[in-house]
Amino acid sequence: MIRFENVGLRYDMGPEVLRDLSFEIRRQSFQFLTGPSGAGKTSLLRMLFLALRPTRGLITVLGRDVATLSRKDLPSIRRRIGVVFQDFRLLDHMTTYENVALPLRVRGKEEREYRQDVVDLIKWVGLGERLHALPIVLSGGEKQRAAIARALIDQPDVLLADEPTGNVDAPLARRLLRLFLELNRSGTAVVIATHDLGLMEQVDARRLILSEGRLEIYD
Amino acid sequence: MTDTAATTAEALSRARRFASRLRGERQTPIVPAGNVAGRAMTTVIAIMTFLAALTVGAVSLVGDTAARWQNDISDEITIQVKPADGLDMPQALETARQIALQTPGVKGASILDEAATGRLLEPWLGEGVDLSELPVPRLVIVSIDTAEPPNFAFMRTELKEAVPEADLDDHRAWVSRLVTMARTVVFIGIFVLSLVIVATTLTVIFATRGAMSGNRHIVEVLHFVGARSSFIAREFERHFLRLGLIGAAAGGIVAIVLFAMLGFFTAANRQTPEADQISALFGSFTIGWTGYAGVLLLIATVATLTALTSRWTVTRHLADIDMISPVEN
Repeated sequence: MIRFENVGLRYDMGPEVLRDLSFEIRRQSFQFLTGPSGAGKTSLLRMLFLALRPTRGLITVLGRDVATLSRKDLPSIRRRIGVVFQDFRLLDHMTTYENVALPLRVRGKEEREYRQDVVDLIKWVGLGERLHALPIVLSGGEKQRAAIARALIDQPDVLLADEPTGNVDAPLARRLLRLFLELNRSGTAVVIATHDLGLMEQVDARRLILSEGRLEIYD
Repeated sequence: MTDTAATTAEALSRARRFASRLRGERQTPIVPAGNVAGRAMTTVIAIMTFLAALTVGAVSLVGDTAARWQNDISDEITIQVKPADGLDMPQALETARQIALQTPGVKGASILDEAATGRLLEPWLGEGVDLSELPVPRLVIVSIDTAEPPNFAFMRTELKEAVPEADLDDHRAWVSRLVTMARTVVFIGIFVLSLVIVATTLTVIFATRGAMSGNRHIVEVLHFVGARSSFIAREFERHFLRLGLIGAAAGGIVAIVLFAMLGFFTAANRQTPEADQISALFGSFTIGWTGYAGVLLLIATVATLTALTSRWTVTRHLADIDMISPVEN
């Protein structure tokens, strides 16, 4: 589904922050991406959702070599990748419902076609009571779940989550993890970037460990 | 999906959204309706449009007035009879009028009566002055056929022979100086207008970019949830077109109201000597349809400019945050 071959990344003329990364995110797989702070997790995630171009190596996403993609092709590929940002990136002037429905709205779908699906998903992530609340009145955990729901609403092939449990307490973190596992069982490949060892110990899943710009994989 | 299919699907979805808007199903705009940056930008646009509209109005006023001067003055000439000892003024005026009427190319001639002469001199002499007691020159207004004007030299000689105190003024020197001055004023006005429009354009660009930077996070979110650049650009363009229209319309309408009030004020005070002087220079001080049309054009231009600037800024920002393929470098 997503394949990296000898990928390297440097910012401007600086040293390589990621070196010789070779791995594959397989269909319906579940993995953690971990490593110490500053190891390059976020940079790697940005390359995974096509926000950053590698300085060398080959990246294939959903069967397409990203080096040959034009900017016009990018939205259709991004629509198959759900992203949960560490800082949520919800739009403050929109309600939970509108934020979650945003990916469908930008695809030009009519509201009556998706209304029930959005409501069902919001209930599934446990925000049924906060359907019409603005982000400013949501707690960190609620924002996190709204951001997850937004990433999932169009049933992506891959879900990339950057520190999805970074702002929540342990019980809620476990609940979010169950949510990711359930999603994975329904067919979505999941990549969770985290440095929360407690979270990783709860699931026997593949681990991609970044250290000093290099990647070690524990299947 | 091929490009054609994607374009067709997008056009269909736009049509569906338009239909749902017609049915009154409103969603929260993707770009929030009002924030501080947006209000500041609208105010700046309103002020700049007002200043530009004032310049348009002034140029239009001077331009129209110059044209009117040229027409009004060139189809009229004046015979001035100066008072002299032993001169029978009414008789001299009548003789001058008859000579004028007999000259080919003259359409009509009338003596400016004492009351009208009194009004002309009122600013200097005050009201209720008996002109018969003062050595005041009197005038005969002669209308001429501008297509076939009379022979002024012949007319002047005839007048001098019959009434030595009469002078013929064909206004040529006066018209030519006035028109040259008016054209210079129009030229300067157009130059100032160009400067104001350039300043307005730059202000709109900077204000739009400033307001855009407050909405940068929205561009990024839309981008990463898979919105096409054209969708994002359209959303921002629509939002900024609305802001631009509100600002430009506010500035333009205030200018139009100001023009209308000035026109009304000068029309209402036309009987006073001060207004007579203003009218002599600027007619009724009303902005012609070209002035109003210019202001409306200005409003449309400023709004369009705002929308295009936002589109350009969004497109540039998207290019910055997008992962550009090496094949496009």
